[in-house]
Amino acid sequence: MKSAVIVFPGSNCDRDLAVAIELVTGVKPAMVWHAETELPAGTELVALPGGFSFGDYLRSGAMSARAAIMPAVAKAADEGRMVLGVCNGFQVLTEAGMLPGALMRNAGLNFVCRNVALDVVNSQSVFTSLYDAGERIHIPVAHHDGNYFADDATLDWLEGEARVVFRYAEPVNGSARNIAGILNDRGNVLGLMPHPERVVEAAHGSTDGRRLFEGLVGALVG
Amino acid sequence: MKARVTITLKSGVLDPQGRAIEAALGGLGFSGVADVRAGKVIELELADGTSPETIDAMCRQLLANTVMENYRVELL
Repeated sequence: MKSAVIVFPGSNCDRDLAVAIELVTGVKPAMVWHAETELPAGTELVALPGGFSFGDYLRSGAMSARAAIMPAVAKAADEGRMVLGVCNGFQVLTEAGMLPGALMRNAGLNFVCRNVALDVVNSQSVFTSLYDAGERIHIPVAHHDGNYFADDATLDWLEGEARVVFRYAEPVNGSARNIAGILNDRGNVLGLMPHPERVVEAAHGSTDGRRLFEGLVGALVG
Repeated sequence: MKARVTITLKSGVLDPQGRAIEAALGGLGFSGVADVRAGKVIELELADGTSPETIDAMCRQLLANTVMENYRVELL
């Protein structure tokens, strides 16, 4: 599977994401600098990493969403390629308008950095096909701005169309309807605040994140 | 010419920073503070004759996230 990890100034999970993708797919992702304007030909998965790109200036993800590479990322999504945004990557996708809503300051104002319980709400998506519906998993979060916000009509649409993929099973950040991860309309763009790439090997203490990446490989091969 | 853009959270959107400021004012002994909303101010030094439409486009495309924020432009 040909993949690319976008690297913004201030990304700090780009390497973790690349290691997880390589571990599962056997192929090293291309690391693509934000100032590039094209993705490598044949890229099937574009991953936007966690971190504090551009120092979270203006709003988390606001600067990166306007980076030179982003039109190519949007084009890849339009072509049906898979786009995964983790943490800051999720913030970038909402700021770029590729996912609805916005991620605001955590309701408790604290930076939250710990393992959290998540429920897999939709196990039919290309990203979650190897999880069971309603399965409870544990994945770490590390964010200050993870409080998902959207108007009621958007939230109703997300829930009605099974676009909510992961929900917090415990209070974390004040997210509307406990939303931790959502899909776009077409189902090929996923944004989530928890970090699946941090739990892919036994040495990490858990492998609950690994099936997300394995599912992507299966989807492309199958 | 100069423009000042004031960005505030839409009413109804929880403002945890505002809440914390409100609690801190209470802690300092100031009573009667019913609500605090935090926002931001961005001052732009612009070429003379920049149209209001252009400034508005700057606000919509970057300066404010209209999912959760309102903005107001003043020419100085």
